[in-house]
Amino acid sequence: MSTKVNEMLASAASVAPVKYTSKDFSSDQDVRWCPGCGDYSILAQTQRVMPDLGIPKHKTVFVSGIGCSSRFPYYMNTYGFHSIHGRATAVASGLKMARPDLSVWIVTGDGDGMSIGGNHLIHLLRRNIDVNVLLFNNQIYGLTKGQYSPTSEVGKVTKSTPYGSIDYPFNPASLALGASASFVARTLDRDPKHMQVVLKRAAEHKGTSFVEIYQNCNVFNDGAFFQFTEKESKDENVVFLEHGKPLVFGKEKEKGIKLDGFTPTVVSTKDGKYSVNDLLVHNEKDTTLSFILADMTMKPALPRPVGIFLSLERPTYDDMMTLQIDEAKKKRGEGDLEKLLNSGDTWMIN
Amino acid sequence: MAKNTQNLDEVTIRFAGDSGDGMQLTGTQFTNTTALLGNDLSTLPDYPAEIRAPQGTLFGVSGFQIHFGSLEINTPGDQCDVLVAMNAAALKVNLGSLVDGGAIIVNTDGFSDKNLKLAGYPSNPLKDPAIQKYTLYEVDITKLTTLALQDMNLSSKIVDRSKNFFALGMMYWMYNRPLEPTIEWIKKKFSAKPDIMESNIRVLKAGWNYGETTEIFKVRYEVGPAKLTPGKYRNITGNQATAWGFIAAAKRAHLDLFLGSYPITPASDILHELSMYKSYGVKTFQAEDEIAGVTSAIGASFGGSLAITTTSGPGVALKTEALGLAVMVELPVVVINVQRGGPSTGLPTKTEQADLLQALYGRNGEAPIPIVAASTPGNCFYAAIEASRIALKYMTPVFLMTDGYLANGSEPWLIPKSSDLPDLTVKFRTEAEGFMPYLRDEKTLARPWAIPGTPGLEHRIGGLEKQHLTGNVSYDPANHEYMVRLRAEKVERIADDIPTAKVEGDAKGDLLVVGWGGTYGAIKSAVTKMRAEGHSVSHLHLTHLNPMPKNTGEILYNFKNVLVPELNMGQLVKVLRSKYLVPAVGLNKIQGLPFKSVEIEKKIVEILKGGK
Ligand code: SF4
Repeated sequence: MSTKVNEMLASAASVAPVKYTSKDFSSDQDVRWCPGCGDYSILAQTQRVMPDLGIPKHKTVFVSGIGCSSRFPYYMNTYGFHSIHGRATAVASGLKMARPDLSVWIVTGDGDGMSIGGNHLIHLLRRNIDVNVLLFNNQIYGLTKGQYSPTSEVGKVTKSTPYGSIDYPFNPASLALGASASFVARTLDRDPKHMQVVLKRAAEHKGTSFVEIYQNCNVFNDGAFFQFTEKESKDENVVFLEHGKPLVFGKEKEKGIKLDGFTPTVVSTKDGKYSVNDLLVHNEKDTTLSFILADMTMKPALPRPVGIFLSLERPTYDDMMTLQIDEAKKKRGEGDLEKLLNSGDTWMIN
Repeated sequence: MAKNTQNLDEVTIRFAGDSGDGMQLTGTQFTNTTALLGNDLSTLPDYPAEIRAPQGTLFGVSGFQIHFGSLEINTPGDQCDVLVAMNAAALKVNLGSLVDGGAIIVNTDGFSDKNLKLAGYPSNPLKDPAIQKYTLYEVDITKLTTLALQDMNLSSKIVDRSKNFFALGMMYWMYNRPLEPTIEWIKKKFSAKPDIMESNIRVLKAGWNYGETTEIFKVRYEVGPAKLTPGKYRNITGNQATAWGFIAAAKRAHLDLFLGSYPITPASDILHELSMYKSYGVKTFQAEDEIAGVTSAIGASFGGSLAITTTSGPGVALKTEALGLAVMVELPVVVINVQRGGPSTGLPTKTEQADLLQALYGRNGEAPIPIVAASTPGNCFYAAIEASRIALKYMTPVFLMTDGYLANGSEPWLIPKSSDLPDLTVKFRTEAEGFMPYLRDEKTLARPWAIPGTPGLEHRIGGLEKQHLTGNVSYDPANHEYMVRLRAEKVERIADDIPTAKVEGDAKGDLLVVGWGGTYGAIKSAVTKMRAEGHSVSHLHLTHLNPMPKNTGEILYNFKNVLVPELNMGQLVKVLRSKYLVPAVGLNKIQGLPFKSVEIEKKIVEILKGGK
């Protein structure tokens, strides 16, 4: 049966493809984040990447929850839904199930996605619905003016923790991997090039793509990630993950990560003891390795891993749902209401 | 031996046993066969919340009551005429619902010392002279079942599991019903287990034959077909009718149906039922929780589905915030509340009507939601279509209220022609010219449904207050008040688009009994009886509770007294009193059980005598 949605899609199909620029993705709304907020860069990179994806903007939907990050959809000239706290993942799941033809993006934060919305997030990841999750991690509650978040470090002094936080933080990448995510990545608000690459890869990935973005909240948690983003410190403190390449870092690329059993250790490739051949080589398809790499986040002595931890193909929930429906239709024929009403044991009264 | 046959207009039978005894199955089979014979009927399953409560205990007793006859049947019966009790606990729990002089058929094997102790009987009640006010039939069903199967070499567990078919066979004999429909059902159900298939059929026949040959049954009964509206019928439960109503609504709207749901008693059967209809394009999503159930539905609605979420009271509590969002973004979504006893976890398997005020007012801010309530199991079908119609036409969340009694109860249902069902065809907005997300239809005040994928209509919606017309975020005080009033007005205007309320009985008189939801049958029976006795009583049953039909006040003012029986502390009565300033009084029962007609009759008499 042709539904009203199919009719609309059929007529929309005749619309000629447009060559977009990033400007086409910017809406007429004034952007209202604090000046200097890391969100600006994420918005700019997203708008820059969109034209390259080859997806019409009327086929693109941004869904968000509540928080500073969740204002994002208002600024994208696509379809958008600013939903309620923590539930963007569930709203987007329903939308993608109903409309597998759409490109669905979820914008959330560390509070929205990991605290109030933690439950929906893990279930989305295990189901592997084909949507993209951008989790802006600023390790603070910005919109409510500065309480600690589930990713804030222990000891953090905030408005709600004057004696320091005693909450142990989540590592979003490990959490996502633990929830069986098929695509897990981390990127940085102050590294536009890297972010663009990661966003593109996330969009291309079939299944739930989970991207954690370190985002500076210059009002309530300024500099939280500066050691990973600023020129002076970044080389020493970040190791970029590249598929098939050894893990090297340092100003002179003179250091690397070597696996000692399951334990990553920092070694020098300059002192003659080890060469680049001894280093751990990244493999995006290796789930075990992805756990080891994500766990480096919690080890202060190790450089912070940034890049794509895991990118695996596995069936998506929306595809399987469509398949079950198609197969049922093939086997039983398109559902007929008259037949349904008259099915089972019936009798006549004259 | 030759037996007497007596004709009866109606009879109520209650099957009762351990929750593992298969009483629900026995009752359902008796119901289906009875329906096929053209009787009118109404059923009431009554089962414990525990899946398999300890054997022989009082709280493990499961019952199924069926009231059938050649007359119009509106309720499952206030009391039963026949009680089939598979053990002592079943007798103890259910004896109170048996009419004086009624018949008891017991499985004597269920009255061992251990059973008596578990049931809390100090001595065997079957030997107690008090039992003599009933007609007692003592049958060792367990032994007779074992005998019927003795050459089959079956485990004692299988033998024990088939004894309910013996009881069913006996009752088929006693009320002269054919065995074939049940035999066919057994064959289909157990096609993969030939042992069980054969044993169940054998035991069913053995039960029938026992009735035929034993000396203890002296009479059997004949209950002729009822004079129902001519047409094709089937038996239907409330939950099944609800599920089918939404399939029908989606078909008539040319939309796919999306259900986001989290399992909860007594609503889960709607999820089970709908999950079977994939070939109808039905998408069912068992979400991780109640909140994801409703929010996924809201997402699907944004995408252009007829989106629904099924739940019961505790689930509605969790969905509350999301319903406010649906009010704000003005997207169609139907929330089905199969009400149960509350508060909190309350009485999951028992019925109640205590969520009306929750549906009306249970949200933050001014968040009006239309409410439709079903009155009988079969009516759930039409109520589901009506709830969908309002949601789609007015771009609004809608509550559909049913309850545990309607959900699990069943009745013969006149099968409609699909082409006679209302046409719910929707029109998505597709023209980009002049599009504004909150530009409303002049008449309905509905905003346009512009779904993602439509070129040129890219727009953003959300839970922040909307600017009139543009839908942009707005904190303007005057705009907020305007929008609050506009959303309220949109819901109020639905009153122009629903049927006026119709009184059953005279339009004026001494007393109007006003009900809503599943109390329909009990009120109708009571009012019909009182009218037959010459009292000036009429019945008004409300299907639309928000907004109410425009003539509701007018009707109320035509009666000297207004009585509102409800299975709560008085919720509709509160609304009627405040809205129409009538001195309505309530009749309230909060026992997890439906009204008995006599309870309502008693109150009617009391009011008419001036007692109130
Ligand atoms: S509070 Fe922080 S996160 Fe929010 S907009 Fe301002 S700088 Fe950005």
